[in-house]
Amino acid sequence: MSSVKWAHSAAAARPRLAAVGWRPALAVLAWLGAALLTRFYPDATRHWPWTVGLANIELGMALAIGVLAVLAPRSVRVAKGLRHLAAWLIVLALLLAAWELLTAKLGRLPMPFFAPPQALIAVYFNDWARLLDSLWHSALLLGSGVLLGAVCGFIAGVSIGWSSAIGYWLHPVLRILGPVPSTALLPLCFFLFPSSWSASVFLIALATWFPVTVLSWSGVASVDKAYYDVARTLGAKPGFLIFRVAIPAAMPHVFVGLFMGLGASFSTLVVAEMMGVKAGIGWYLQWAQGWAAYANMYAALLLMALACSGLISALFKVRDRLLAWQKGAVKW
Amino acid sequence: MVALEKPRSAGLALHIEGLSHAFDIEGTPLPVLENISLNVAPGEFVALLGPSGCGKSTLLRLVAGLEPADQGTLQGDGQPIIGPDPSRVVVFQDPTLYPWRRVWDNVALGLQAQGVLKGQRQRVDAALAKVHLGDFARAWPRQLSGGMAQRVALARALVNEPRLLILDEPLGKLDSLTRIAMQKELIDLWQRQGYTALMVTHDVEEALLMANRIIVFSDRPARVKSQILVERGYPRRRDDPYLVELRTSILQSLGLG
Ligand SMILES: Nc1ncnc2c1ncn2[C@@H]1O[C@H](COP(=O)(O)OP(=O)(O)O)[C@@H](O)[C@H]1O
Ligand SMILES: [Mg+2]
Repeated sequence: MSSVKWAHSAAAARPRLAAVGWRPALAVLAWLGAALLTRFYPDATRHWPWTVGLANIELGMALAIGVLAVLAPRSVRVAKGLRHLAAWLIVLALLLAAWELLTAKLGRLPMPFFAPPQALIAVYFNDWARLLDSLWHSALLLGSGVLLGAVCGFIAGVSIGWSSAIGYWLHPVLRILGPVPSTALLPLCFFLFPSSWSASVFLIALATWFPVTVLSWSGVASVDKAYYDVARTLGAKPGFLIFRVAIPAAMPHVFVGLFMGLGASFSTLVVAEMMGVKAGIGWYLQWAQGWAAYANMYAALLLMALACSGLISALFKVRDRLLAWQKGAVKW
Repeated sequence: MVALEKPRSAGLALHIEGLSHAFDIEGTPLPVLENISLNVAPGEFVALLGPSGCGKSTLLRLVAGLEPADQGTLQGDGQPIIGPDPSRVVVFQDPTLYPWRRVWDNVALGLQAQGVLKGQRQRVDAALAKVHLGDFARAWPRQLSGGMAQRVALARALVNEPRLLILDEPLGKLDSLTRIAMQKELIDLWQRQGYTALMVTHDVEEALLMANRIIVFSDRPARVKSQILVERGYPRRRDDPYLVELRTSILQSLGLG
């Protein structure tokens, strides 16, 4: 009798476990542990404001994971996402706890240089206006430069790939100017351009331009000649061959160039902001370091990492949409 | 020539006379076609046979107008052929579908290139239906089998209502069962549409099953070596003693008998 009952309840429990496994439970425990450590373990050297706030955030994480785990059997999407993320959620809690322990709680890491997590939260809370403003300025500068560089690079690359007459003139420029690290031109450009902002736009554009040009060019140059034959026998004019054959066929290459260009633009942006433009995340980093405000620096770095990663992700999204026809493209 | 069952006014009359062509290989000319003369009647199905590398594809490219000929006359319906034209469409050995276009858009290519797609979209649907691929209009080329892809390439050609269909080993890469099925389809379409067909093949049997006339070329540079009329109606049987006999004589003229 009792064995029958047991078998019955086990069968009922199985789908629940099968949906998410045991890892979410561990994640809840890990975040709970981190919260308790933060809240109740005494600080070593000084009292850090926002310690309770950090503990509450960790508690919130534990609760959120718990709620999702409870919901998981009802939604395949939640279950899948949770199963996928669970291991990372555990490790993140442990890393955060270790960070907290080594800085605020035990004071093992030299203090002004290594800020505890709650110090970052304090920065986000107290200095959000300046951080947002910096982010906005960086976005504006980066957006202008990357857009300019990508458009010019695409046009230049397609032109070189298509027309040997244009290639004759552009190719040497590409070969000489392209490989120069654009930050090396920074002092010259600050001197030549009317403002440090326009100089920076130019340099970011240059950093983006080179890979986009080379890859667009190689994309157009490597188009299967048979594609042109097909279109020509069907009555295609040169415009059709460029815009409906060469460019779509070259798009996978173009996107590789865009990824490389975007990557190169980040470092140019930060250097330009540190060297001349008195705004933006690069400038904020420099400023924070000058005042030995290391917590501010970490906070800004984290923000920048998230922003850059977000941009790359967005570019992947665009690519996946435009190149849906491709098989086996790398998933971000 | 065989008695043609239907009026074939849709077909193009092809006139080739004294056609020679050479490629330039690092300064030295490589003669590929030598003094080729050939007349194809409207609606006729002519197969070209010859050793690999002798110049058959080159001849087709010249007829399509993809390249200018060095020497000789090349006329369609009495007009000199000076460039590609949608009335002379090529189907290549590889389907060369555009991977970034769905099947439907691949078939629509010609109409779009000519700027007449708007208002004629039903022609694309009809062409797809002709090759029995109506259900695959939204598929990507990578999702098709080799035979299906080649049928899409055929639909892409037929949607332009060509008067001369140029086929360069169109079934060369297909497995033998798909091949047999597509030989039937090609004959069917040709009989219904009435275009002139010029097909290169490396398969003697295929030529015998499909063509009104077979032209055998010599080794490079290609010259017309012999012409064989195949005086049989359709459908033909591969074990027809008449065709078997022709096969032997063709193999002999290719030097393989
Ligand atoms: N664009 C080209 N440039 C130089 N040589 C070519 C070109 N196209 C074809 N050839 C040469 O011409 C000869 C005939 O080629 P082709 O017409 O493709 O032969 P096939 O009869 O096999 O179709 C081959 O020797 C080939 O190498
Ligand atoms: Mg060939």
